[in-house]
Parts: sequence; C-alpha cells; structure tokens
Amino acid sequence: MSEVNWWEIEPGNIVLEPGSTKEYHTGAWRSLRPIWDNSKCIKCGVCYVFCPEGCVSQDEDGYFTADLDYCKGCGICANECWPGAIEMVEEGG
Amino acid sequence: MSKRIGMEVALAAAEAVGMCNVDVAAVYPITPQSHIAEHLSDLVADGKTDTEYVTVESEHTSMSICIGASATGARAYTATCSQGLMLMHELLPIASAMRCPIVMSVANRPVNAPLNILSDHSDIMPQRDAGWIVIFCENGQEVVDLTLMAYRIAEDKDVMLPVVIGIDGFILTHMVEPMVFPDQKEVDKFLPVYKPYATLHPDKPLTMGAFAMPDVFPEMMKAKDMALTNSKKTIIKIWDEWEKKFGRRYNPVETYRTDGAEVILVSMGSMSETAELGVDMLRDKGIAAGVAKIRLWRPFPIEELKAATKGARVLAVLDRAISPGIEGAPVYTDVKAAFYDEKDRPVIVNWLIGLGGEDVTGEDFVEIAEKALKAKKGEHEFLGVR
Repeated sequence: MSEVNWWEIEPGNIVLEPGSTKEYHTGAWRSLRPIWDNSKCIKCGVCYVFCPEGCVSQDEDGYFTADLDYCKGCGICANECWPGAIEMVEEGG
Repeated sequence: MSKRIGMEVALAAAEAVGMCNVDVAAVYPITPQSHIAEHLSDLVADGKTDTEYVTVESEHTSMSICIGASATGARAYTATCSQGLMLMHELLPIASAMRCPIVMSVANRPVNAPLNILSDHSDIMPQRDAGWIVIFCENGQEVVDLTLMAYRIAEDKDVMLPVVIGIDGFILTHMVEPMVFPDQKEVDKFLPVYKPYATLHPDKPLTMGAFAMPDVFPEMMKAKDMALTNSKKTIIKIWDEWEKKFGRRYNPVETYRTDGAEVILVSMGSMSETAELGVDMLRDKGIAAGVAKIRLWRPFPIEELKAATKGARVLAVLDRAISPGIEGAPVYTDVKAAFYDEKDRPVIVNWLIGLGGEDVTGEDFVEIAEKALKAKKGEHEFLGVR
C-alpha cells in the first residue's frame, strides 16, 4: 500500500477498489509451508475445501499446490489431510 | 404552521423521529426508553411515518442493523439506555469509524449493579470515546429541536458521524411538558432526503470496515479524531440555521447568570434547570453564582466553556457518574484538563450528585456553591453521602 496521509483517507476508511485485497500478500506471514507428497495423495480435495485462505488449487494431473503469495502456513490442510500427504516444513530451513 | 402541545417527553422524542423520514428503525425496549420505542412503533403501524421498524431481540442487534442499514444509504434510528447501551458498546466505535450517520436517543439511566432504573449518566460515560457526537437536553423542547436537527448534523458531508441525543431517564423522558412542533413541511425543508457519500450496492462494489495494519491504522485513528473534533463547526452552523428558521437558540455551552459570577456551577443534562433555581437562591443571598451548562459533550467545547466561565474564581463541576479509581468524575477530569494551560485558572472542584436518580434540589446547588467558594484547590466529593 502506498503511504497516505490521514487527510487523504476515504471517509469511513472505505476501500473503493473491488478485490484490492489481492495486492496484499499474506504469504509474508508464513513460517511453515505445506509440501505435498503426491505418492500419498489420493486427490480427494480435502486440502482445497478446508484452506481458509482459498489458496489451494488443483493442477492438470489432479494434484494440489498452495499459492505461496497467500498461504499463511496455518497447517489446516496438513491437519485435515487424512492420507498424511502434506508436511509442514519450516521456511528457510 | 407550528403548534404547541402538551405531551410526555419520550412520546415527543418519538414524534420528532417520526417527522425525520427515517428509513429503518431498530429499537429494543428498555426502561425508561420504552415509551420512545412503543410510540415510534405506533407511528409506523398507523402509517404516520414510512419507516421499516425492525423488532430486534437485543440492543446488539439493533445497533448492528442500524450500521448495516446506514451502510446501504438508509436513514437509521435507534434508542436505548443503561444495559442496552452497554450491550451496544462494541459496535459504537464501528458506527463512527464507518461514518454512519445514525441517530440514537439515550434515556440516560444507571448501569448495573446494583440494578437501578432511574436516572444518571453512568451509561453514556463508558461510551465517551466511541467517536459519536453526544448532545444533552434539559427539557422537552430541546429534545424535539435537537432530535430534528440530529440528522442534519449527522448527515452533513463535513460531519458524517452518528449522534446521541441524551435525554435523562424519567426526570426528562416521563415528564409532561408543553412543546412547540414545527410543521412537517418546515421539517422537510430543513432536513432533505439523505444523500450518502458511499453505499453498499452490487452495481458499485466497495468495502467498508476493512482490516488495517499499522502502516495505515494510526492515520485512520487521526482521521477519526479530526472528524469528530471538526464536526463542532458544522454543529454550530446548523444550530444557527435553526435559530434563524425557528427562533430557538442552541449553544455548545449555555449560560445562566454567569455575568460577574464568582462561582459557576458546570452542569449537564436535566439538572441544569434545577441548577438555575439554585443560582437564583444564591443570588438572593448575595452570592455571585451562575451556571454553565454543557450541551455538547462530544466534541468537547473547550473554547466555549472557557468563554462561558471567564472571570469566575471557582468552578463546581457536577457529575452524575463516577469514574472509579481516579479522584474525579468524567466531566470534572475533562474540564480540569481544559484549564491546565490557562495562566489564571480557576479553582475547580467536583461534586457527585443525582446518582441513581437521587433527587437534586435547588438547595443542593446552594450547598455546593457555598462549599466550593471555600475550596483552595481541587476537591472530589459525593453530596450527602453518609
């Protein structure tokens, strides 16, 4: 976000541009990242359904990945994945 | 043509709201506000005002509905007091931050515990920093006039803030008084249809009340602070316009016999008229006393208060709510702070009176003024507490 002065703020802190939240990369908050082991993945899509950020998507082969621009590393996908195909790995480790 | 009629003040408040072309009213009844809730619902049921009256299950919901309705561009109204106002508490700063011009009548009543349904200011004081404009009334005519002016103030493009009209419970809400009501056509001319700055609508998506990180949060707080501070100019401008059209004058701080006063009582709300009686008794005894009545509680009218009390040696600030843990009640601490930078500041003392609907008499003000005149420095006392 560009730096704005207090008098330049829209009354009521209104955001006039729809979908502008996409510009905010919540992935910067992440300390753990999900890594999929596709040999264990059964393509059930539980990770896709449970991701609170909506950042998990399915590729052409039916496997899943997270968009790391928005993945906060919460680990819900790994917790919910019942075949145990997702491991949370420390960032920078 | 305006007409003069006798009516209970709570009903008059509802009548005034009924003249404001309100789109949405969400009101949960609570003593002593109930007569406002009931009479407004009568006006809606009788087709006297074209208002969607939402019968909510709590005050939390009534304020939530008002915020949502206001965000879509509707003129929204609610009324409450005491525990109901406390239940709304978490929503009040949202209404002001989202710049929702809601109007709310508050029939000022104590908060629990102990349970007390009568009158004091301990419900509004915890809402002091919610960012709302707060205006106090001392009689029925003021309730009518200030309610009719409330939406003009709230919706002004230089304000865009919610407004509380403080109507002391029972002492004011349940009093039958003669009041002048302007004609509906005059009100319509004074209060045009609401033109919102922005509205929630699928054709033009926008976000209200969004998330903010420290890179912009302090700027938003400064903007909110300045919005309320700067609203005073517009409030005075609209009160001036009211005087020109309807002949009745309103000021941020009203005065009574303050000329040459050595001691000035600083009051707020319905006890101000009794304070005038006390001042007459004091003047009869040869004591130069006057009253400065705070009408505009927020934004706090520092300049007007200083002008109204100029030359007084002693100010006796009268509070109807305690602020536990500090030697001073809410009005007192603000008044005292306002005078800190003055070279010749008066002695400022604090008296707690009328708590929980305790009767306040002219004699009480005589006693307070006489004691205040002997004070050498700030004092914080409860009148008549054993």
